[in-house]
Amino acid sequence: MSSTPEPLDGGVSAPAVVSEAPHAFLDVRDLRVHFPTDDGLVKAVDGLSFTLDRGKTLAIVGESGSGKSVTSLSIMGLHNKKRTRMSGQIWLDGTDLITSSAEQVRALRGEKMALIFQDPLSALHPFYKVGDQIAEAYRLHNKVSKAKARERSIELLRLVGIPEPDRRVDDYPHQFSGGMRQRAMIAMAVSCNPSLLIADEPTTALDVTVQAQILELMKEMQREFNSAIIIITHDLGVVADVADEVVVMYAGRAMEYGDVADVFYRPEHPYTWGLLGSVTRLDGDRAERLQPIPGNPPSLINVPPGCPFHPRCPYGSLNGGKEREILPLLEETTPGHLVACHLPVEERRRIFRDEVAATL
Amino acid sequence: MFRYVVRRIIGAIFVLWLISLITFWLFFTLPNILGANPAVLFAGRSPSPAVVAAVSHHLGLDQPFWTQYWHFLSGIFTGRNFGPGQECSAPCLGFSFINGQPVWQEIISDLPVDISLAIGAAVIWLIWGVSVGVISALRPRSAFDRLAMGVALAGVSLPIYFTGLLALSIFTFGPIKIFPNLHFVGFTDNPISWARNLILPWFCLAFLYAALYARLTRAQMLETMSEDYIRTARAKGLPERKVVFKHALRSAITPIVTIFGLDIGILLGSAVLTEQTFSMTGIGRLAIQAIGSRDLPVVLGVTLFAAFFVVVANIIVDIAYAYLDPRVQYS
Repeated sequence: MSSTPEPLDGGVSAPAVVSEAPHAFLDVRDLRVHFPTDDGLVKAVDGLSFTLDRGKTLAIVGESGSGKSVTSLSIMGLHNKKRTRMSGQIWLDGTDLITSSAEQVRALRGEKMALIFQDPLSALHPFYKVGDQIAEAYRLHNKVSKAKARERSIELLRLVGIPEPDRRVDDYPHQFSGGMRQRAMIAMAVSCNPSLLIADEPTTALDVTVQAQILELMKEMQREFNSAIIIITHDLGVVADVADEVVVMYAGRAMEYGDVADVFYRPEHPYTWGLLGSVTRLDGDRAERLQPIPGNPPSLINVPPGCPFHPRCPYGSLNGGKEREILPLLEETTPGHLVACHLPVEERRRIFRDEVAATL
Repeated sequence: MFRYVVRRIIGAIFVLWLISLITFWLFFTLPNILGANPAVLFAGRSPSPAVVAAVSHHLGLDQPFWTQYWHFLSGIFTGRNFGPGQECSAPCLGFSFINGQPVWQEIISDLPVDISLAIGAAVIWLIWGVSVGVISALRPRSAFDRLAMGVALAGVSLPIYFTGLLALSIFTFGPIKIFPNLHFVGFTDNPISWARNLILPWFCLAFLYAALYARLTRAQMLETMSEDYIRTARAKGLPERKVVFKHALRSAITPIVTIFGLDIGILLGSAVLTEQTFSMTGIGRLAIQAIGSRDLPVVLGVTLFAAFFVVVANIIVDIAYAYLDPRVQYS
């Protein structure tokens, strides 16, 4: 497997603006995804930027409704264009997906980028055989016979660790267990050797032992195909296990962005502290209660002015009202570690060191 | 699969047997209890007691219920002899009280009307209803959708004797006489004439059902299009055409097939309003006439036939469903 990015599909012409093409394999710049509704404008993603190289894994974490899944669907171009306002840039291997036509993005889907869904039972068609569903994805992007595609399905099922793949290829999804269905889903996603693999909470619907196997499988697939992986999750254990870099999202924005060691061991944003404090620990003292973040995520129609996290932030008042008026920008504190917080760098490092670190 | 089918057929035979028992009791024994003697109906106006007794004996009404029922049931399979010159060959459902014809032949001769009517209308309403439903679901709240659903509401609300008479008054008797002089012609006699004479009833009947099917298809499609596996299909990079027809419609059509089978089954024995409106003599009209003249053997025969159609449609639907939805267990 070559590690260099493959050239664009012959049928798809690159858009005119190439001069700005960035170096990173995936480069999301100032992505905004808004949905006009009867109740108002839902700002599901509001100014998100990150980059990702092949062979690397980026985790997007945050509570429900923070815009994680919307981000992944935007990259895949799966939002209904009529009901979605998108702006910004999504550069995938030199192509801006936002300015590309729907047909161009469709041709890339499944071939260059693939999606693994949260609940494999509802994400697989109940009336088609598992093997046929995998073969369908493969045949769509490769001109091969049905028999060849079937062989490929069997090969993929074997690759993802389904026992007796030549028999199981003719099973229907309901005949698979939950873990096997997720394996089949992964087989379908990697059928065309996609260079970008997006996994939207791939282990949430699975039990713990199967979770570990699926994560291991995804790492194997990454080694095999040298893909870039975006993993969307609220499970920080999964992040620690697979991610190289982490984006912590809140109310459609990145609160903290850096490599996994920075975000886990030197977190500087109070929201990240809150997320880390909400994790159950086996080695912890039973008397120490979990510390959930107080309050609920904000409505994406009425995002609080200033820092969106300020109503729930235990340290917000230290900023003398600034937190209620000014939106904090994502700024680099150390190279490659970005935080969007009004607290002075020294102050928030001191708070983490003296007050927070001990409780995690 | 084979055992599943066999079990379903055995179940269906049992249901038919039960229906025959109940309807036989209902028509030949219950009137006696209520004081109305079928023999009197057969014998004609103001018969003397001696004539009634003779007729009772002739029809076997003086025998115990189970004996009568046994004669009736065995007659269906082996034929029956009511006396010299009154042999009723199998399958025998008795003779009409009114015209003395064998009931079986009466029904069989009217059956082509119902089959032609139901099958032709069904093909039209299925294509019409499903395509309108799909287009509506793909563009919900669009002008097409609103118009189609408005028409569908009219279709559901307007009875066949309204749309039928309207169509007749325009196309048969009215300004555009493209279908004058309607009368049923057998398919084997002249297929073109057969179709020409049936087009109006087909479309009027289909309008009613197409409206229902359009609404049903729309609802099913809207639900299916929001399923996760449709998103998966799109994520694979499938063109929208394939997403809609191969993935969404495949799921949405399954419950429609079920209802379709049952609708045809029911329609075969009870298209009475359509038959009446278009002056066609099918089973439904035969039943109405028989009820009006208290022709009990014919009523009984038609009831059994209608039940037979529904039961057979049920079996076909069950088998089709098991074939369409792999999650159905054959057990």
